[in-house]
Amino acid sequence: MSILIDENSRVVVQGLTGREGQFHALRNKAYGTNVVAGTRPGKGGENVEGIPIFDTIKDAVSETNADVALTFVPPSFAKEAVLEAAFGGCKLIVCITEGIPAKDEAGMYDILKKETDSLLLGPNCPGLISPGKANVGIMPHEITLPGNIGVVSRSGTLTYQAVHELTKLNIGQSTCIGIGGDPVPGMSFIDVIEKFEKDDDTNGIVMIGEIGGTAEEEAAEYIKKNISKPVVSYIAGVTAPPGKKMGHAGAIVSGNKGTAKVKIQELTSAGATVVKTPTEIGEAMKEAISG
Amino acid sequence: MDLFEYQGKLLYKEFDIKHPNSKLVKNLIEIQESVELSYPIVVKAQVQVGGRGKAGGIKIANNHEELIKYSDEIMGMDIKGHIVEILLLEEASKILEEYYISFTLDRSEKKYLIMLSSKGGMDIEKVAEDNPDDLIKHHIGASEELTEDIIHEIIGKAKLNQEYTKSITDIIQNLFLMFVKGDCDLVEVNPLAITDAGVMALDSKVALDMNAKYKHSYFEDFEKEIPIPESEKNAKEKGLNFIKLDGSVGIIGNGAGLVMSTLDVVAENGGNAANFLDIGGGAKAETVSAALEVLEADKNVKSVLINIFGGITRCDLVAEGIVEATKGKDLVWPIVIRLDGTNSSEGLEILKNNPNEKIFIEESMDSAARLAVERGA
Repeated sequence: MSILIDENSRVVVQGLTGREGQFHALRNKAYGTNVVAGTRPGKGGENVEGIPIFDTIKDAVSETNADVALTFVPPSFAKEAVLEAAFGGCKLIVCITEGIPAKDEAGMYDILKKETDSLLLGPNCPGLISPGKANVGIMPHEITLPGNIGVVSRSGTLTYQAVHELTKLNIGQSTCIGIGGDPVPGMSFIDVIEKFEKDDDTNGIVMIGEIGGTAEEEAAEYIKKNISKPVVSYIAGVTAPPGKKMGHAGAIVSGNKGTAKVKIQELTSAGATVVKTPTEIGEAMKEAISG
Repeated sequence: MDLFEYQGKLLYKEFDIKHPNSKLVKNLIEIQESVELSYPIVVKAQVQVGGRGKAGGIKIANNHEELIKYSDEIMGMDIKGHIVEILLLEEASKILEEYYISFTLDRSEKKYLIMLSSKGGMDIEKVAEDNPDDLIKHHIGASEELTEDIIHEIIGKAKLNQEYTKSITDIIQNLFLMFVKGDCDLVEVNPLAITDAGVMALDSKVALDMNAKYKHSYFEDFEKEIPIPESEKNAKEKGLNFIKLDGSVGIIGNGAGLVMSTLDVVAENGGNAANFLDIGGGAKAETVSAALEVLEADKNVKSVLINIFGGITRCDLVAEGIVEATKGKDLVWPIVIRLDGTNSSEGLEILKNNPNEKIFIEESMDSAARLAVERGA
């Protein structure tokens, strides 16, 4: 098994006719993903290398039974596109788009949560891959290997680095997920590791965080209470200069949290193995699952 | 992007938020004769750093003579490394009560957060620590309205003067509108004051969400007025995400997470990074040569570490950029390169075919960092 996507997922690509959308959608399709449709208002009836284009998500879903949306539309249309996908019946929406205004992001999150049961991954994320089954997004599938470790990360390139270290040691992955580093991500670390815990084919979890925000601290608390599988973690930014504080308001909200030191401490005390460099992720996981 | 106080107040004007009458001064000649404001006038240094009051950057002038004297003193003043080049002159009002209010996004709740306190005009972080009950926090979903009822409720909880409920409600509504419609990451007013001239926002601390730049033409105008550190100008012109640091190992990488991690691994190996430089996703050969040029300008750099994990970024293009920027050159410092991911074998092939005695190739991030530290020692 895997989480969120597998060989049965049916993907509709929003912005399939754009350069980025087309490039990655075709790559995903070549990997074996069921890319069943694309949308682009005004271009319904056309196709991109055999993938039919529809004017709306609703049409695409009723014609092709698509259940996952992959979004490449520009930032100014992203909120509308994500909501259209959710109300059009897609259960999972993967939003790759970078540079969406925070107010749009927060607004679409609020509506999704109150009015739909769709899950949103991203925005500003590399998507996810269940190796050997489906790739929905922009991750380089060459570095992955089918197996039993779940990988979740805020950073794109660090996800690749971690996956690469696992694959090098012949440790395969069930699903690799980039949740993105924007202020209001759809799915958080907790949402993902909760699914890894429940997945029978995931034996261990790699969680990669970085400085800023409190998502890692919240995940640590969750791990302590709810996760029985081994967790290997890496936090980037131990030596990074402190980021700008959002006035006094920001300081009051984040308190003493957000630094690499606090994140590492809390994850360690939650029972996770926290490694010092990404290169050590592979060895640490090897040890964790053999022990 | 953090705004100057006067820029925040230009937004107040736009959103009908009452604030003192004022004049912006960039050259003292402008106030030589007289100013069209009534005394007393507050002279305020415009710098993007806290503690300007204690540093002598805020003075009250009771007549024209004092105004000239104080303006002259404050203009050019060095406040924690920030040179004062702009003054804001404001009519001083008689303050009856001082409150605090801010609007921001609470990332862990994924909701907007309004904080309100009757203890304004002082260090609000200290209030939050010592008397947390004096700081009222109210979350609001981003698709919800800030209704009059909610505002009345928080004004009550914060124990603000009920006599002014109507004016306070109006100003809170407009500040919230500015926060949301104006795409601000932060709107913080300390103090929000009851004065003899009504309820007014006396200060402004505003940060803009630059992802929303396309929605508002004035974002760019504000941006032009904010000084960029000399060391970062060159990189900014080339469209690179660059931050100058104190060490001697120059860093180039792709993706903020990987670059941050590279700084850490350099430190693990006993070195210190000279900078943070992210060439971003999908970088082309030109981007890489531009990045090397930026590092050349930094005299502290003793060695360079290029750490690339190709996803969208193709390692062959990165290698081409490195060759383009270094071919036939007598390099000032050694460059250690680690390429992995998309098209890495093609990239390594390109580097092998264009050897340079100061370029070294390493297989892992750790060994590359170790060598870069050694070579720069």
